[in-house]
Amino acid sequence: MEQLIIPAIIAIVIAFFSVYSLTPIVIRFLEKRHATVTDVNKKEKTMVPRPGGLSIIVGVILSLAVLYSFFPISEILVIGITSFLAFLVGIIDDRKTMGGWFKPLALAFCAAPIILLGAYDSTLDFPLFGSVNIPILYLGLIIFMIPVTGNTFNSIDVLNGIVSGFTTIAGFALSISLFILQNYEIAIACLLLSFISLAFFKYHKFPSKIFPGDSGALVFGAMYGTIAIVGQVEVIAAVIILPAVINSFLFLSSVKKIVEHRQIKNPISHTLDWKLKSTIEKHAPITLVRLLVARKPLSEKQISIEIFKLAIFSGILGIITAFLMGVELS
Amino acid sequence: MNVSIFAFIFSMWVLILLGGGVLVLFIGPTSFEVIYDIEPLLNSGLKVLIALVLIFIWVFLLTKIKNWIFKKQIKS
Repeated sequence: MEQLIIPAIIAIVIAFFSVYSLTPIVIRFLEKRHATVTDVNKKEKTMVPRPGGLSIIVGVILSLAVLYSFFPISEILVIGITSFLAFLVGIIDDRKTMGGWFKPLALAFCAAPIILLGAYDSTLDFPLFGSVNIPILYLGLIIFMIPVTGNTFNSIDVLNGIVSGFTTIAGFALSISLFILQNYEIAIACLLLSFISLAFFKYHKFPSKIFPGDSGALVFGAMYGTIAIVGQVEVIAAVIILPAVINSFLFLSSVKKIVEHRQIKNPISHTLDWKLKSTIEKHAPITLVRLLVARKPLSEKQISIEIFKLAIFSGILGIITAFLMGVELS
Repeated sequence: MNVSIFAFIFSMWVLILLGGGVLVLFIGPTSFEVIYDIEPLLNSGLKVLIALVLIFIWVFLLTKIKNWIFKKQIKS
């Protein structure tokens, strides 16, 4: 354990400060190129640079490269490659809005390095009841998991600071769970994700100076999903991101098909004092934000705080699940 | 604080734990090969089918809870 501390600190410092120092440069670069989009939830017309995925992926690659130099294991390599492939998928979608099926299909291919490098264990662990070995089915689970986590994180990127704040909370909860299960190297890799998203949150929080775009959100999601697979904490990882899963679930069960989120009717509208309220449009999907503002209108900042509370709650449930992994009902 | 959404997350967590139990204790050890003398792959396929039916019921239940929460939120 002691020999892990110095590499962990070095990798974390690189992860945090690379994103923290690079993001302002990316902001200026995007502004110069007029790569900005309207922040639809601001009263005055506000243009925000997008995508910030570039600084996020640099932080991911640099910090994982440092970690790999200390611990040359295939799991760390796989996390880096899968995240980079997800970044490429995201950057394509940022530049040109693709159809609803593009991202799930392309992200399924991003899972290939996990299978090709054999960085997985086909045993699925459940708390209290033990585990099941599903060799063939697990391959399907890997191909399924990266698109699911990628799109789940992407679909929660709806308001200022939510996806980066949510990733920070989820990352820390998953890291703690991995430490509890004594999977130290992957726990450190997960800490890198937390610090990268924390550094980006500094610029993404309300009022946003930059948006991560699909390239940023997909990197967060794909990296999280890959950590869950290579760290053998699939169930815990799913529990931790339940608020985001609920958001995707609510969306899919309302729309009943896979579509690009920009193609649907906006589930929220604005009050006169520019708070967010549930739309009266019948066919608009019921999303997590719409559910939160159904009772009364809330400001963008209030909604972020509500979602972070839900993230902390599910993070605690995830950590309890990690403790329950060691308990078996006989 | 939106207590009903916290309750929704908690109920999903309980369903995940119970679902894991069903998978490990019942579906995993079940073998149709002994009863019907079928191929191992078909045996796995049948187990996947049962798991999918359970997931369908799970999603159906959650959809009902979601609609109930949304209606309750609007009314209050």
